Amino acid sequence: MKLLEYQAKEFFAKAGIPVPREKLVLSVNEALSAAGELGLPCVLKAQVGVGGRGKAGGVKLAKTTDEVSSHADAILGMDIKGERVERLLCSEAINFTEEFYASITTDRANRSMVLMVSAAGGVDIEQVAAQTPNKILKISVDPLLGLQTFQTRRAAMFLSDDKEIQKQIAAILAKLYRMYVSNDLSLAEINPLVLTSDNQVIALDAKVIIDDNAMFRHPNFEGYRILSDDEVLEQEAKQHGLSYIKLSGKVGCIVNGAGLAMATMDLIKRYGGEPANFLDVGGSSSPDKMLVAIDLVTRDPGVRSIFVNIFGGITRCDDIASGLLQAAKDAPLTLPVVVRLTGTNEVEAHKILEGTSFIPASDMADGARKAIEQAGGS
Amino acid sequence: MSIFVDNDTRLLVQGITGRDGLFHAMQMRDYGTQVAGGVTPGKGGQTVEGFPIFNSMHEAVAKTDANTSIVFVPVQFASDAIIEAADAGIKLVVCITEGLPVLDMLKAVSYLDKKGTKLIGPNCPGVISPGKSKVGILPGHIFREGNIGVVSRSGTLTYELVSHITNAGMGQSTCVGIGGDPIIGSNFLDVLRLFRDDPQTEAVVLVGEIGGCDEEEAAKFIRQKHSKPAAKFVQQELGKPAVAFIAGRTAPRGKRMGHAGAIISGSSGTAEEKVAALTAAGIPVADEPAQIAQLLKEKLA
Repeated sequence: MKLLEYQAKEFFAKAGIPVPREKLVLSVNEALSAAGELGLPCVLKAQVGVGGRGKAGGVKLAKTTDEVSSHADAILGMDIKGERVERLLCSEAINFTEEFYASITTDRANRSMVLMVSAAGGVDIEQVAAQTPNKILKISVDPLLGLQTFQTRRAAMFLSDDKEIQKQIAAILAKLYRMYVSNDLSLAEINPLVLTSDNQVIALDAKVIIDDNAMFRHPNFEGYRILSDDEVLEQEAKQHGLSYIKLSGKVGCIVNGAGLAMATMDLIKRYGGEPANFLDVGGSSSPDKMLVAIDLVTRDPGVRSIFVNIFGGITRCDDIASGLLQAAKDAPLTLPVVVRLTGTNEVEAHKILEGTSFIPASDMADGARKAIEQAGGS
Repeated sequence: MSIFVDNDTRLLVQGITGRDGLFHAMQMRDYGTQVAGGVTPGKGGQTVEGFPIFNSMHEAVAKTDANTSIVFVPVQFASDAIIEAADAGIKLVVCITEGLPVLDMLKAVSYLDKKGTKLIGPNCPGVISPGKSKVGILPGHIFREGNIGVVSRSGTLTYELVSHITNAGMGQSTCVGIGGDPIIGSNFLDVLRLFRDDPQTEAVVLVGEIGGCDEEEAAKFIRQKHSKPAAKFVQQELGKPAVAFIAGRTAPRGKRMGHAGAIISGSSGTAEEKVAALTAAGIPVADEPAQIAQLLKEKLA
């Protein structure tokens, strides 16, 4: 789960990492009173999940009250890469002389964590990595040992020659690491980490991603979740043990297993159709899961047919068949449903569906073709 | 031969008294796997469906001489179970449980490396050497003993492909589902090295999906030439023909497609890149699952 800047800054503040004085505001009036509190000049920053907000005009310096009001008015409601700005962070303006980069993330390939620092902060770090990789220091952190003192020292010395500044940076990196492990993060990034004109090191921006797999250890983090319309459905599916992602085609897909679900979408596309969604009903599927799956898929007004593609392993085909019948009983299906059931208890399943309106398919390819045809072609 | 599991596999089921644990313990025993018992802390001393239950892995290993374990315990306790198995001297751990926290897994794989214990998964269907042993939840009846090694990041998609292979009259030496979690024990490369050294395996099927760069690494490995100047023959590192299937050609960017690992981030991890890397390495990629058997036949001809 990716946090917005103001949420990430709460994590930073709790961890003892210095951040500017700032306030979250939702309206022009709130921005004006925040600016009054923080003093002028101040910076207004759009709170969105996508990158590149600066270039899009989502970050503005306000020197006067009039500018606070006109900038806040312009940014609130602005569309940044498809995301509507509903929140603004009003922050004291900081004068700085240097911009650093610092992050901790998981290195999947090396199965460790990695601390990354650069004196070329304030810009897109992937660009720095591509063009001037020697400006980045990467330090691998052993998961059993954790970040060592010599490592924070080495990173700090890479960024500055000044002993006092090195001390501040090393302390911030140690705190960043403690924050990373105690909150089960998969990214903690400061870009830029600046040196102010009075020689203080402070985090101007903050990026935090929480490991979704560890959310069960931090139930209170759910409060940070802000969902877009599509994500509301995805989250609802998740609560039922399903994995759902809406796409834009006409053929709804209900499949067991993520890999087979992707392969099913690919096959529909290959045969000239467009999948309406990704939907993995998971392993040990109870009939109830099918009810939820049918409900989710049919709520998409673009769907013209449904393809149920099940390869039974732990999933029992007769469970799927009973679920389908129940769904049809609860709410008469107006859409054609093509069903392919192979594997555990398939004979029983085929008997259950015999003589019903469900359209049987002999294999995956046959099912995909029939579902596209039922949807009225591509 | 075969890899990971065979007739010498003696299995303990961690979390055997749970619904899935017990069901699959019986399924594996029915398949012919030597299931020596199971572990559920606090339920030691009981016998369930003929399986002796122990309180700890240490006790279970001491009393049964088991060398392999399979983990069905709930996610909160799963990494602890993996580490306990390694600590008790188990040589291969298969973790079915999915969604283990990344930081826990980093520590677990680091510890297992130190112990010399192999791990398959988490979030995997397990491993089967048809006719010998099954340690996992794969439906046994679709497999047939033979000479094709299968390695996959997926579960049901593997079954789909295997059924095409079996229906075409070919069998499998070993089929390994490596798992869909962000941090997994054995990756494509680890499994390919074992297939390279397994005399029963004459060709390999690689089933990949979007996300990460495991498929690209595998392609490099298969293509890589021996660089020893003294070597008389320039030989492929795998030394055996391979074919592949990649799922997720239609997946949107930035969305996690069920598996935590299956996500296209930025411009990397796309199906196109993986297909291109494999094709460039001389590994034909099937456009749809039904083509896999034909590609294999061509490679083996």
